[in-house]
Amino acid sequence: MPCGCGRFFSPNQIRHPANPALSMPPAYAPRPRADIIAPHLNSGVYMGHRTALYDAHLAAGGKMVDFGGWDMPINYGSQIEEHHAVRQHAGVFDVSHMTVVDIAGAGARDFLRHLLANDVDRVTPGRALYSAMLNDSGGVIDDLIAYKRDNDYRLVVNCATRETDLAWMEKHAGGFAVDIRERAGLAMLAIQGPQARSLVAGLLSGARAEAVNTLKVFGFAEDGEWMIARTGYTGEDGVEIMLPGNDAVTLWGQLLDAGVAPIGLGARDTLRLEAGMNLYGNDMDESITPWEANMGWTLVLNDRDFVGRQPLLNQQQNGHGELVGLVLEGKGVLRAHQQVLLPNGEQGEITSGTFSPTLGKSIALARLPAGATGKVDVEIRNKRQPAQVVKPPFVRNGQAVYKAL
Amino acid sequence: MSEIPAELRYAASHEWAKNDDGVVTVGITEHAQDAMGDLVYVELPEVGQVVAAGDEAGVVESVKAASDIYAPVAGEVIEINEALEDEPELVNNAPYEGGWLFKIQMSEETDLDNLLTADQYQAQIESE
Repeated sequence: MPCGCGRFFSPNQIRHPANPALSMPPAYAPRPRADIIAPHLNSGVYMGHRTALYDAHLAAGGKMVDFGGWDMPINYGSQIEEHHAVRQHAGVFDVSHMTVVDIAGAGARDFLRHLLANDVDRVTPGRALYSAMLNDSGGVIDDLIAYKRDNDYRLVVNCATRETDLAWMEKHAGGFAVDIRERAGLAMLAIQGPQARSLVAGLLSGARAEAVNTLKVFGFAEDGEWMIARTGYTGEDGVEIMLPGNDAVTLWGQLLDAGVAPIGLGARDTLRLEAGMNLYGNDMDESITPWEANMGWTLVLNDRDFVGRQPLLNQQQNGHGELVGLVLEGKGVLRAHQQVLLPNGEQGEITSGTFSPTLGKSIALARLPAGATGKVDVEIRNKRQPAQVVKPPFVRNGQAVYKAL
Repeated sequence: MSEIPAELRYAASHEWAKNDDGVVTVGITEHAQDAMGDLVYVELPEVGQVVAAGDEAGVVESVKAASDIYAPVAGEVIEINEALEDEPELVNNAPYEGGWLFKIQMSEETDLDNLLTADQYQAQIESE
């Protein structure tokens, strides 16, 4: 799912012998990218984008890092405590760095049915769907959520892929009566956890409280400039709210006062990985098709043509690798890019790995040859450690749910 | 400002060393554990392993990253902190006390002279 600046956020196997204990993944301190400064800022000096909540993050003790050109909190003290807060109670994430694009015009539906590998006709107004946007080879340019309104659509895409996405949309817009408009001014909060919806509803009134209380999963509602959706990136119940920056600051303060924990990008990654959700740039990119990224369920192949369709059909015939889960049984921590060795001599690679705070063991997503099951070895610092192949997700609603394959 | 005890010596790679009559206890600094975040796994050397100053002698892994640990002095590893196998968070909670990593019977006392003083280490992390 879109979670943010995927390609910058890869808590991978980072070891800097020259400066070991301090080796910070480049993920947390990427070079500023001049090309993503505009149009959000009109300052000529690079400062890093700041969301409306920047001061609130500092006030909450947020440890700020550069994240795809944005100054964002990696944690507010303990990443593991934040992780548990979301699994056991409720947490709030500032995800205002994500890119919001509205697609309007008489040709919006036809355009999106051409552009996306999932079919927006699968949902009715007031519902959202998860989709990949593919290149001509069937590789994933980005993953996104499309919200279907009465007369137009809203897309939420990753911020790291913002320019690529917008350029790809523009390139394919020719021939469609469509208006593509980025909504850079909106803030976005994700409130997630078993108590999230009841706590949020208690702070709102009228149509907004009603929406939080009654929305179905992947449903959304709008009231004024607020869009409230029952979606998330954690495997817990909750909502994501797009709203004006001033309103976001107010709601953030009310949430913290109500006992909702502020959650940084570090816990966001461990939560999504436990939930078996992909991170763009780690688990898939333009060289990987949805078949190879456990996204086959998002494909609607046979009712229309769309960008990248034919290569998907070909690969369906010819076979492809699969993205599966691993649970480490040996020692260490699974990390992206570690090699996976199958009993039959074939190999695969971990795409995302971490320590799972909920399970108390290390887990990973790995791309393995089709049909891989049972026990495999993972090479960690030149030693082989045993791991079990599983079907993700690992955790849903606070409970271990993975099944051995 | 992170705690940097004056009586310890420091490696530029963020280990601390404490000498007790030739037995050097090694850990990572408050600053290092804070930069790493929550530790979830610690790999220690074998007791009896002989190391040179600067040798890789272990790994600490936080949720987000793995970092090598280097022996600040040469000698034989005579004890490891076995509590860290079950409680790696001791390194976060008490990096200079319960979160120590291993002890080396030092073979070259002069190795200590190559390490940083607290003031020098302070200056280093301020310049990073």
